[in-house]
Amino acid sequence: MNAIFGKLTLEALPLDQVVTMTAVGLALLAALGVAAAITYHGRWYWLWAEYITSVDHKKIGIMYILLGLVMLLRGFTDAAMMRIQQSMALAPNPGYLPPHHYDQIFSAHGVIMIFFVTMPLVVGLMNIVVPLQIGARDVAFPFLNSLSFWLTFSGAMLVNASLVFGEFAKTGWAAYPPLSELAFSPDVGVDYYIWSLQIAGVGTLLTGVNFLTTILRMRAPGMKMMRMPIFTWTTFCTNVLIVAAFPILTVTLALLGLDRYVGTHFFTNDGGGEQMMYVNLFWAWGHPEVYILVLPAFGVFSEVVATFSGKPLFGYKSLVWATIAITFFSFVVWLHHFFTMGAGASVNAFFGIATMIIAVPTGVKMFNWLFTMLGGRVRFAVPMLWTIGFIVTFTIGGMTGVLLAMPGADFVLHNSLFLVAHFHNTIIGGVVFGMFAGLNYWFPKAMGFRLSEPLGKASFWCWLIGFYLAFMPLYVLGFMGMTRRLNSYDNPDWHPWLVLAAFGAAIIAVGIACSILQIVYSIWKRDELRDHTGDPWDGRTLEWATSSPPPIYNFAEVPRVTEIDAWANMKADGGGMFVRSTPYYDIHMPRNTAIGFLIGIFSIGLGFGLVWYIWWMVAVSAVAMLAVLLYRLFWEDIAYIIPAATVKDIEMQRLEEIGQS
Amino acid sequence: MTIPLDLPEAHSVHAPQHPAAAVDDAELTEKTVFGFWLYLMSDVVLFATLFAVYAVVCRSYAGGPTGRELFDLGFVLAETGVLLLSSVTFGFVTLAAQENRKQAVFLWMAVTFVVGAVFIAMELYEFNHLIEEGAGPSRSAFLSAYFALVGTHGLHVFTGLLWMIAMIVQLARDGLTAAVHRRLGLLGLFWHFLDVIWIVVFTEVYLIGVL
Repeated sequence: MNAIFGKLTLEALPLDQVVTMTAVGLALLAALGVAAAITYHGRWYWLWAEYITSVDHKKIGIMYILLGLVMLLRGFTDAAMMRIQQSMALAPNPGYLPPHHYDQIFSAHGVIMIFFVTMPLVVGLMNIVVPLQIGARDVAFPFLNSLSFWLTFSGAMLVNASLVFGEFAKTGWAAYPPLSELAFSPDVGVDYYIWSLQIAGVGTLLTGVNFLTTILRMRAPGMKMMRMPIFTWTTFCTNVLIVAAFPILTVTLALLGLDRYVGTHFFTNDGGGEQMMYVNLFWAWGHPEVYILVLPAFGVFSEVVATFSGKPLFGYKSLVWATIAITFFSFVVWLHHFFTMGAGASVNAFFGIATMIIAVPTGVKMFNWLFTMLGGRVRFAVPMLWTIGFIVTFTIGGMTGVLLAMPGADFVLHNSLFLVAHFHNTIIGGVVFGMFAGLNYWFPKAMGFRLSEPLGKASFWCWLIGFYLAFMPLYVLGFMGMTRRLNSYDNPDWHPWLVLAAFGAAIIAVGIACSILQIVYSIWKRDELRDHTGDPWDGRTLEWATSSPPPIYNFAEVPRVTEIDAWANMKADGGGMFVRSTPYYDIHMPRNTAIGFLIGIFSIGLGFGLVWYIWWMVAVSAVAMLAVLLYRLFWEDIAYIIPAATVKDIEMQRLEEIGQS
Repeated sequence: MTIPLDLPEAHSVHAPQHPAAAVDDAELTEKTVFGFWLYLMSDVVLFATLFAVYAVVCRSYAGGPTGRELFDLGFVLAETGVLLLSSVTFGFVTLAAQENRKQAVFLWMAVTFVVGAVFIAMELYEFNHLIEEGAGPSRSAFLSAYFALVGTHGLHVFTGLLWMIAMIVQLARDGLTAAVHRRLGLLGLFWHFLDVIWIVVFTEVYLIGVL
């Protein structure tokens, strides 16, 4: 091993792999294109001052969502490559992807979609919306928030680095030992997996602490827990799950890391190691993680369905309690991920029944949403389309989940494409649809202009139809006995279904293209789509009480809340926030800082050094991280004051704009 | 929509700071302590996971030495006493800080640091001793879990020591400012929390281990 480069050699570069090099080339071209555009418009300083160093929850939220969308392109490319491979690879045709490459692709696909697409989208929406919904000026710890984002970013960049330097894990996204142990995966792939998730995981944990404190300590006067908007409620439960579950993942990956780096025997075949301990630990985090993702999506649908039905949510309290019940039950179902472990009939029965019980509060929510629409004047705007698509699709996914919850059925369907169809049915039909609904719903709030409706509708229909074509065949294939993660197969009966699934993926690709086009077109036409009022949908909750985009301090005067749907009530009472009863005051705000960004960037060096055994890089990065953190604690000026006169100017300008429109 | 009232801006001379607008130190302290508690709860989950792992493999000796053969209860009891003592001395830091006696804070912080460092030294001595006897972390799953659990606690204590150095420097530079008070409070929570964890380590690992 080399002292300067560790295990890294020229052979680690995939110069001989056409597919990889094409991907790398395209990614580099895209990055260069973006850099050139920023240079051409002279926006580097703006980018640095307004976004990279920002501690404003709204800006951080936008960056999270951008990260999620960019990584969606990579995660989807992986998916498309798998669909193409499987539609080709009926024996004797081996397809175009050799097994070692195919295995990396399905592992990277899962890791990216869970950790670097859905997580950033969920956390991004949380960031943009929650402080506004509870009438707060920012989150509790704005600097930690910036740090969280940059750590998540670094994790994503480390995964991307594996494309160029070395390779990614070939173990599947759960990286079960003993396959993920050094003896069977001697390459750097699993190390990339471990360190990218550890770094991003620290960021997520800090987010959890931050948002729990924000929601519990910074609500506007009068906003009791049972008056919080539903999205805030589901976010609250999600963050409870983050704080309670992510440390388990941290420990699990750390122990796997110790096995690989130090030679311990936690999960090895020899020395008393226990592989099933890894599987238990992984899912003790992994099942709550499912709800970490889907609860905020449920929150989005609740907000959307109430707004676009023009009436309060049906059964607010039952929905809150259903969410709390799901939060609790999500910790007692993890074993259903491996009924086949052989824990015995009683254990399997317990977890099977617990799993079925979790469908009950979820079913309660379905009726909440349906009854909210009943008797309402439903407006079929883009967010509402995603919501209705979700209600139908998620119900199917939920039912196949209850089917899999029966240990007997699971023994047959375990590890088959039926399972793959089921969890895509819930994650796409639930989380992804929810994120698109939320993106369309809150985009005007974050950016100040709406997204184009026709392109949004086109995107929705492509996704919906594409989803059914891509995943319903997988249910069929599961019943036909096709297992997951197959690189090639020799059963001709499977082939037509796999071709159909590939066709479905192509339609989803059109949907994604429509989404990109929708954003680009809307930026181009932003003046026509401008939201002057701050309340483009006739919303019901406090985020619509301020301008779009909100001023940096969100609310010049902190609103007072007397009921659920605070903003709808203010509007019903006439005037609401527009009538001021008090003068303007100075506002204290947190100052921007580069420290979060720097720690994030150094953590890439830390991770990369650890992956490649480049110990000097590890030491330098760790010392640098500590040094900038100490700088923050000792020297940095962390707050500033917006004078009352400035606040008044901003507010008067806004009122003028409302008056004109 | 109602026509807004064009109200003047308030000047601090005429009106007191708007309570919601001022991020005063008390509010910040309250928020920060709350957030730190939440972090400590996540640390509880972290240790709980390590305890669970230890419980699963604590009899997986793989033909190697057992806890009964390895652990010297007397030594560990002394180690425990040292750590508990450091909690007492940190209590004096807190008392001195409350009374704004800067020199006393210095003194007790230094004492706590030394006592904490003795604990770490004893732990390192014990680890070294075990490894020399051929009972290192790669000997068996039992020893892997032992080193991971006790080592994670030790790493936390070590972090606490670094934190103390930073606080001593900050105290010397700034005196007992609101920020220093707040950070001393958090460090206190952290330090006492590690005692609680150690009590469980002592019971689950050492006491049950020699049974």
